[in-house]
Amino acid sequence: MLRAAPALLQRGQRLTCECLLGPLDHPFHVSIREGAIVELTSSPVLMRSWRFAYRASPAAWAAYWQPMPQAGWHDLLVLTKRKEAVLEGDLHPFMTHLQYFKDLLALPRSHAGGTP
Amino acid sequence: MTGAIEPIVGRYVHVAIGGENHRIYFEENGTGVPLVCLHTAGSDARQWRYLLTDVEIAKHYRIIAFDMPWHGKSNPPESWDGEEYRLTSARYMETILAFCDALELDRPVVMGCSIGGRIVLNLAIEHARKFRALIGLESADFQTPWYDTSWLNRPDVHGGEVCAALISGLIAPQGPEAARRETLWSYKQSGPGIFKGDLYFYRVEGDLRGRVDAIDTSVCPLYLLTGEYDFSCTPEDTIRTGKAIKGAQVTTMEQLGHFPMSENPAQFRRYIAPVLEQIRNHSTSAKQGVQS
Repeated sequence: MLRAAPALLQRGQRLTCECLLGPLDHPFHVSIREGAIVELTSSPVLMRSWRFAYRASPAAWAAYWQPMPQAGWHDLLVLTKRKEAVLEGDLHPFMTHLQYFKDLLALPRSHAGGTP
Repeated sequence: MTGAIEPIVGRYVHVAIGGENHRIYFEENGTGVPLVCLHTAGSDARQWRYLLTDVEIAKHYRIIAFDMPWHGKSNPPESWDGEEYRLTSARYMETILAFCDALELDRPVVMGCSIGGRIVLNLAIEHARKFRALIGLESADFQTPWYDTSWLNRPDVHGGEVCAALISGLIAPQGPEAARRETLWSYKQSGPGIFKGDLYFYRVEGDLRGRVDAIDTSVCPLYLLTGEYDFSCTPEDTIRTGKAIKGAQVTTMEQLGHFPMSENPAQFRRYIAPVLEQIRNHSTSAKQGVQS
């Protein structure tokens, strides 16, 4: 999905980081190089570091990925506000590329029922 | 001349605020009841351009939107030495009152959004007799913080990008994509630290819990309208606030978020046009009552 979003890739071209994204219990370890996801592996990965983690409940992801999400489920930070998601670690790469991560994690909306 | 020229006229007015001259940029259109519109934190009066060009509303209202000092085309005052900008309730109210006085507006309607929605509550508490009606959009006595504002102004994070990205989630997904991008654009253009400085009023200094029950809507009608997708000032925040104010009229707006006037102008119009008509009718009947 990301490969089909060249504008998003371009916005992330200065972003290289390791992070955890996905469900609360079993997030994916995601390796991002210059905006592109080069590896996505089920965590935990033995002794692999990460900068930040954004993890949400399955219900939150399902609601967030609706093509037209309901109010209160439509943004990564409303999910943290309502405690359906947790954001932790070193937030610098997340905040410098906040719209990138919002848009990256919203890509399944255009493929309803898919996974990131 | 073949270009389509909008009826909006923009000018500067010199206003004394805090004993110092401020050069305030404002735009206006229409004739009738003065309607002063207040922009959100970290943005400027461009948010009101759709309302300003609303032909029907401009037939009955003199619609005016001004850039707060440090915002849009209203520069910081000459005395500013670079110190951190911080908006306070007192300075915000003084600015609005001074602007209205400078234009010699007769009991205007004031409509504010977000921080503008909060300050109309202050105006309702302290200066109700000066206004014909007050409208708070995305307005509440208090909102629960949902991010750390220190991210908004630091040298290692692009202020425009992070401000826009933070507030992007407050826009309802049903609005036109162009309007959404335009709403974000003013945040990308805001001066460094200005959004954060506005939020000093909103987050730190301007808590009105326990004070709004002093509002007397028989002196000045109060309308509170909040978008269902606003998770900064939630509909529940506005309903709670409205319940404490006898006579306040509270509306939750569907398919709208924190920036109703700019993110989806057509949808916003469905809610605000009847309010403005009600104010106008109330204003007319009150005047007739005095005359009879």
